[in-house]
Amino acid sequence: MATTLAKAADSAAVADGQAARIEHVSKSFGTPAGPQLVLDDISLDVAPGEFVTLLGASGCGKSTLLNLVAGLDAPSAGSIATDGRPALMFQEHALFPWLTAGKNIELALKLRGVPKGDRRTRAQELLELVRLQDAYGKRVHELSGGMRQRVALARALAQDARLLLMDEPFAALDAITRDVLHGELTRIWAETNVSVLFVTHNVREAVRLAQRVVLLSSRPGRIAHEWTVDIPQPRRIEDSAVAELSVEITEQLRGEIRRHGKD
Amino acid sequence: MARTEPTAVADRAEAGKDDLAGLEAGLDALETVQSGRTPFSRTFREKIFPPLVAIVVVLAVWQALVSFKIVDDPTKLPAPSAVWDEVQNAWLQGTLLEYIWTSVSRGLLGFLFALAIGTPLGLLVARVKFVRAAIGPILSGLQSLPSVAWVPPAVLWLGLNNSMMYAVILLGAVPSIANGLVSGVDQVPPLFLRAGRTLGATGVRGLWHIVLPAALPGYLAGLKQGWAFSWRSLMAAEIIASSPDLGIGLGQLLENGRNASSMPMVFLAILLILIVGIVIDLLIFSPLERRVLRGRGLLVKN
Repeated sequence: MATTLAKAADSAAVADGQAARIEHVSKSFGTPAGPQLVLDDISLDVAPGEFVTLLGASGCGKSTLLNLVAGLDAPSAGSIATDGRPALMFQEHALFPWLTAGKNIELALKLRGVPKGDRRTRAQELLELVRLQDAYGKRVHELSGGMRQRVALARALAQDARLLLMDEPFAALDAITRDVLHGELTRIWAETNVSVLFVTHNVREAVRLAQRVVLLSSRPGRIAHEWTVDIPQPRRIEDSAVAELSVEITEQLRGEIRRHGKD
Repeated sequence: MARTEPTAVADRAEAGKDDLAGLEAGLDALETVQSGRTPFSRTFREKIFPPLVAIVVVLAVWQALVSFKIVDDPTKLPAPSAVWDEVQNAWLQGTLLEYIWTSVSRGLLGFLFALAIGTPLGLLVARVKFVRAAIGPILSGLQSLPSVAWVPPAVLWLGLNNSMMYAVILLGAVPSIANGLVSGVDQVPPLFLRAGRTLGATGVRGLWHIVLPAALPGYLAGLKQGWAFSWRSLMAAEIIASSPDLGIGLGQLLENGRNASSMPMVFLAILLILIVGIVIDLLIFSPLERRVLRGRGLLVKN
């Protein structure tokens, strides 16, 4: 896509040492009732190696923002710069069912130009990183939901991007699996030094994972509040410090949602 | 493995790591579905036995109609044994395989031509908006045109020869193959396209690595239908356009049977046409389709 290429080209120029720099970004979509503003003047930096969660109720445009950062769509106003093309992980695993787990990862390697001889080894290493060393030859449908998301994570990491965008990647998983994957993601983030911009509507998940939690208001999405989370990792979702901050953030989030009931 | 946790929480991190690994291994083991191949005895019981029963029942009813003189006219309904004699005769004269091969070789060659034309055509219609708007509806419309309608113009254009047969096959099969590919491409989940784009598969690379493999099931369904249409078109062409220099295929055999008022020969021809159609499907298209669907976990097992 031409827009993606154009964005990738100028992003290198203005990312300014940040993994992502979002400046005064607005986005509106045309509807029959006229243009609807989805994102309003969002400015946000993600530092190299930083873990940021974007939190918001439905209609806050958090997925839209992620698509903009991923270069899948262009902002109506403002600019977005990233340090290289970011990797993106979806709520659905989005693994290609005609390829095995290993070949899915190898496709990502191939598309970024890794020579043929190195792909197999690299794919196996990535599978080991997500603790699926035996899954190379497995078909997607032979893997459980949690395993699929881990392969998807390995595939995203195969892009060797400086920034990993995650769009509610654990929302469809059961609570136990999600808990385990939180642990895995934290570990892998620490081991790889990748920057993460993680979108969720789950407050506890946001606090469990992030160094910084950014709360978006809804319709249009604006940055409502920001918290720095200095609880040491590895945290657990049931830690009292996590719970305390979650209560505070939830109050704010509910306030944001309540405003919509009034008008 | 690199260990980068701060020392204050190192103990917990260490414990957490082992804990996590164990937990994960447990979850993986619990949630992995075991899928194995079905044993042959079950395949036989569930897939092979029922059609055999159906065939035996049909033969029994047929024999009964003749034996109990419910239809007492061999020119209308020959006995199964009469048809069997016809098979043996043709076999002993060495013509049985010749009939079959004449038609099958034409059918398959024509199908390969149709494949070579239908595939790029389908791709063009699926991917180029103008082409789709221009010929998409015509292509779908052509599918419902009985291919026998092409026989008279094909005879006038090309004369009574093999090229005329191939022309009829092409006109019958190309729309099916092209349409199969178009609907295959249309049904590619948008998520795969987005995922492909974030991985850097755009343009031709996106087409090759994402769109085409994702469209494969639809394409195969189109091929299967394309073969059925090829075979039907060919039979129509062979029945209508018989000429001594064309060699006797199954269609001509049927027509010869009619001319000779030989009901056993007519039955033989119809049976062979049916059997060849089924066998080609069972030997080529069904295994191909099953293989693709099974690889993607799309084959539902009860």
